[in-house]
Amino acid sequence: MKLRTSHYLIFAFLAAFTYFYSKDGLVATSVLYTAIQFALPLALAAMVGVMCERTGVVNIGIEGTMLISAFTAFFAGAILKNTVQGMLVGVFTGAMMGLLLALMAVNWKMDQIIAGVILNILAAGITSFYYRQNYSIPSTLDPIDLPVVGAWPILGPVLSFHGPITYFGIFFILALWFALYKTSWGLRSRAVGEHPSSADTAGVSVIRLRYLNVTAAGAVGGLAGAYLALEAVGIFERGFTAGKGFTALAIMIFGRWNPLGALAAALFFGLTQAVTNQLMIDEVVEIPPQFINMLPYILTIVVLAISAGKVRPPAAEGIPYEKEKS
Amino acid sequence: MKTLLEIEGVSKSFGSVIANENISLTVKEGEILALLGENGAGKSTLVKAVFGLVKPDTGTIKINGTVMESGDTAAAIASGVGMVHQHFQLVPVMSVTENLILGDEPKRFGVVNIKQAKKEALALSEKYGLEVDPDAIIEDLPVGMAQRVEILKALRRDVKLLILDEPTAVLTPQETDELLEVLRNLAKRGVGILFITHKLREVMAVADRIAVLRGGKLMGTTTPKESSESKLAQMMVGREVVLRVEKSQAKPKEVLLSIKNLRVSDDRKLESVKDLSLEVHAGEILGIAGVEGNGQRELVEAICSMRSRLSGEVIVKGQEIPNLNPRAAHLAGVSHIPEDREKHGLVTSYSIADNLVLNRFDQAPFAKGWIRNLEEVANNGESLVEKFDIRAPDAYLSAGSLSGGNKQKVVVARELSQQLDVVVAAQPTRGVDVGSIEFIHNQLIAARDAGAAVLLVSAELDEILSLADRIAVISNGKIVAIFNSKEADRNTIGRLMAGLAS
Repeated sequence: MKLRTSHYLIFAFLAAFTYFYSKDGLVATSVLYTAIQFALPLALAAMVGVMCERTGVVNIGIEGTMLISAFTAFFAGAILKNTVQGMLVGVFTGAMMGLLLALMAVNWKMDQIIAGVILNILAAGITSFYYRQNYSIPSTLDPIDLPVVGAWPILGPVLSFHGPITYFGIFFILALWFALYKTSWGLRSRAVGEHPSSADTAGVSVIRLRYLNVTAAGAVGGLAGAYLALEAVGIFERGFTAGKGFTALAIMIFGRWNPLGALAAALFFGLTQAVTNQLMIDEVVEIPPQFINMLPYILTIVVLAISAGKVRPPAAEGIPYEKEKS
Repeated sequence: MKTLLEIEGVSKSFGSVIANENISLTVKEGEILALLGENGAGKSTLVKAVFGLVKPDTGTIKINGTVMESGDTAAAIASGVGMVHQHFQLVPVMSVTENLILGDEPKRFGVVNIKQAKKEALALSEKYGLEVDPDAIIEDLPVGMAQRVEILKALRRDVKLLILDEPTAVLTPQETDELLEVLRNLAKRGVGILFITHKLREVMAVADRIAVLRGGKLMGTTTPKESSESKLAQMMVGREVVLRVEKSQAKPKEVLLSIKNLRVSDDRKLESVKDLSLEVHAGEILGIAGVEGNGQRELVEAICSMRSRLSGEVIVKGQEIPNLNPRAAHLAGVSHIPEDREKHGLVTSYSIADNLVLNRFDQAPFAKGWIRNLEEVANNGESLVEKFDIRAPDAYLSAGSLSGGNKQKVVVARELSQQLDVVVAAQPTRGVDVGSIEFIHNQLIAARDAGAAVLLVSAELDEILSLADRIAVISNGKIVAIFNSKEADRNTIGRLMAGLAS
């Protein structure tokens, strides 16, 4: 049943693509290219959620993590006049936000929703207070022209000429999937997220693993922020992330806490946005741009309404682990 | 025989509650030590200290002569301690194999070698004669099977000392006998076993030595030969306990509760009560015997109108109970002692007095129109606390601060102090100490003698056998047999519970 639905979707996609490609090949491939660009930050941000929630920590501070990392990445890049160093600063900032969440949620056993809200408020406050105009980075991260693949018909212009964070990001998502389901780190992480006392009694340190994963997830969130500031756009503004960190949570749920599922969901979101953008440019439909900008949020609500009650989150998420209670 | 475990002067308190006070014990190789005590006597705390899950305040724990760092589970495992927990420490969504290897996975470059793990699992289950399917998902397994996985998990780590925390609480009589056999075999191989229970029969059957705890203190050690069930009960409770329930002959009258062709589905939307019909008369206790998870919970919830019925009728005193309306069921005369008292029986943050009027706070004399009559609530609270022997300093304490047995007494007091027509008691003595069990049993018999129709659901066959006037055996959502208690036989019922034809 599930399989059939996704088969229909793929078929519909291929049919639509063939139609558009026959009308205007250049536009059709560029829409797909843009879809990947829209999808990547969402997919990476969803990985933050996957890594945290699979070990049992709810992270609604992804938005704040991305925002403050985009901020530090951009200004570090501008001041150091080095985009790559800026990116590293962004990743580091993200890791620190993850560490802060781990401290609040794992150590102090705070309510994890409140801990996440704190991250978001902190990031919004800092980034607007210290925001300065008239800074610029030397250049965005250079796109890479893939050898061999770049020359392929149709797929070449879609897959090639993305920036380094995009390629690394996709590689990372595949690696995360493998790690989560095939390695002992993954087995232990999932056990900690489902039933932490089983892991504890088997000699796995719940606290250590949660610290590690939440911090590493923060670094991934930092990378997603750096992508927005340094690879996709090349500037920073107040409220720059525009709710992508929250949309990512919907994508994570839609993808059933599975890295590959979330990647597919993110591509679906990205494609929807790329197609509507193109329709606006072509003036095929006359919709005020405000409505187009609402699209990701409306889609989020629809997705959550569809998934509600059907998907099963990690059983221990949001519950601080208390050893002596077991 | 070498001494495996030495506990010397271990004390532990949680806040003002002393769980363990200066306890010293030893377990030798190949010995089965039964640790006996009421709920809250400190048995679980003590074994958790041995396993490194709890840090003792004072005292030392030696395994094989080495002093253990307190609160270090990994070190305890490394020195050969394995534990089968009361609440299974298994990840429900993972497979048997994954659960077995968790924490010590066979791997190459960090990648888990699942094929080898499966082979190991099969070899292990063959070696100890504990058959399991390595690919089965834990949450699909029956309880007895899940427990096997739990035991295998411990055996895989090459245990020298196996701790079992109330392992038989969830098993059928047959499964229990099998488990006791497994324990004897392990002891023969030289494994030391520390076996926690409050069931006297099992202790007498399997233990080499018996240690009795009461109120966190060690009351003494003895052997099955030197002791008897009644002596042990007295050591546990500190006074003489009547183990046999004394009751007069039942005088059943008209049918008060009748269930017709009831079908109910469980949380997973699988039909778990299948076309079940049953009648309970005034003045009798009908006991439902069955392994947990055979539809008892859904049956009880459907009678109390807490769970939607697919089809069928529940009729109380000739009046049909509407679907999904617990209030209507209550008003029709159904008293419900729920299985999960914390979830369905009490509001733990409310006072005892408020909990005692939870289902009639808006009726006279506890309310006048919209206004509650707090004086009446208080009077009612004080009198019930006394009458039902609820051990609390006063009736205004929050119900959540009471011990398990006293919480249950609050529920029993509320449900049995009203007009009694139909009483549905689900696992009424689960997690309750021996003293309170005796009291609750007597209250149920008093309700019967007052003319109520009592439906008793319990996973404890002994409880059913001693209380019920008629016994209905439930298996796979159906009543497979009904006996008069006089002609009931433990073995036959056990076989029927397990789904075998007698």
